[in-house]
Amino acid sequence: MKYLDEYRDPDLARVLLNELRTVATRPWTLMEVCGGQTHTIVRQGIDELLPAGIRMIHGPGCPVCVTPLETLDRAMAIAARPDTIFTSFGDMLRVPGSETDLLSLKARGADVRVVYSPMDAVLLAQQRPDRQVVFLAVGFETTAPANAMAVLHAEALGLSNFSVLVSHVLVPPGMTAILESAACEVQAFLAAGHVCTVMGWTEYEPLAAAYHVPIVVTGFEPLDLLEGILMAVRQLEEGRSVVENQYVRAVHRTGNAAAQEAIRRVFRVTDRAWRGIGTIGASGLSLAGEYAAFDAEIRFDVGRLSTVEHPDCIAGEILTGAKVPTDCAAYGAACTPRSPLGAPMVSSEGTCAAYFNAGRLRTNVPMAGEALR
Amino acid sequence: MCLGIPGKVTEIYERDGLRMGTVDFSGVRKEVCLAYVPDVTVGGYVIVHVGFAITAVDEAEAERTLTVLRAMGDAVTAELGEPIPAADGAGR
Repeated sequence: MKYLDEYRDPDLARVLLNELRTVATRPWTLMEVCGGQTHTIVRQGIDELLPAGIRMIHGPGCPVCVTPLETLDRAMAIAARPDTIFTSFGDMLRVPGSETDLLSLKARGADVRVVYSPMDAVLLAQQRPDRQVVFLAVGFETTAPANAMAVLHAEALGLSNFSVLVSHVLVPPGMTAILESAACEVQAFLAAGHVCTVMGWTEYEPLAAAYHVPIVVTGFEPLDLLEGILMAVRQLEEGRSVVENQYVRAVHRTGNAAAQEAIRRVFRVTDRAWRGIGTIGASGLSLAGEYAAFDAEIRFDVGRLSTVEHPDCIAGEILTGAKVPTDCAAYGAACTPRSPLGAPMVSSEGTCAAYFNAGRLRTNVPMAGEALR
Repeated sequence: MCLGIPGKVTEIYERDGLRMGTVDFSGVRKEVCLAYVPDVTVGGYVIVHVGFAITAVDEAEAERTLTVLRAMGDAVTAELGEPIPAADGAGR
């Protein structure tokens, strides 16, 4: 029980775990959707503290991981242009494309810059009218309002040298795709807390009803996760399948109306390829027609792109929860955070990086020295 | 990428027509867009994601969450651009 002592309130964690042991009479399989939740679960060893039979499958909620290879290759083709300042959140820089990554391009002289907010990219475009400033707009519903405002603000400022390369993804269609897959073992979901801060949880109610699957909106602290798991297991044991909210301090049923309005104005729903998973209908956002002037994909013709994934990477099976990183032959050997073959080993929200940083080892297989620090 | 960091609004102003403000994350001060939290006032607490407040939150919850986030070093640094300083008297 060494992990429990690191909890903010170990006593409360023990109470929740004891309650879970009392409530759970059978094995159940749950999926946490958000990569931030995966990080907490693996780091704190929550999955190892759960009663026997309660299994956590890690979901696809890592935006960096599901950003399609074609978008990355396009980003790099644009970033390589001499007139361009290419801006991105930091965790996209080391994600491998077909041939290279943004960080390597930067090392070779491309002007690639990390921003902490898309508004920083707009500011840069104001300051550098002589250059094209492009922002790589990826993420789930949590990030979409910020990226929408960057476009609205650039429009208000009359900036003609700002554009966005958009590859937004939406959580509910991703969950539906998992539920529809023949191999689906998920019996309950922990929904992503901050996605629901923006969107609320009404979209999840039809899912819970149609697939008879409990969905608990859950935060990302260790105690949030224990409570979310307990709420989901209690529903499963009682034969209920509704949406419940564990993360009451930050989530309301209808979400943030102003943020949703900005998303509706700037984006439209589109089919989207999820890296490693494939195309899911109506599962992403792209710029609405009236904002096409800010679309980097239209502004910069980079010609035909042919994408090549690394043959040893099993990211798709990791992202759908079909396999865990320690099942992968490359994990910790050919693939490490310093030299990643796939995106889940790069992002702080990626399942492979979470396993690696927690020192989880493949059975009887020597790991690269990095893991043994 | 969906990490949200709670902080205290210390200043609200308008810049280029946008509702902006300064948010104090236990000592790290950042400019944050407040367009999506129209009801928040100075002294209130918000959860911030990529430079945008996405919801109001109460003070006790904010401090509680910061304690947990301090232990998540790398992810927070990526979100905020720098780590959250240790709490006063925390000795680390």
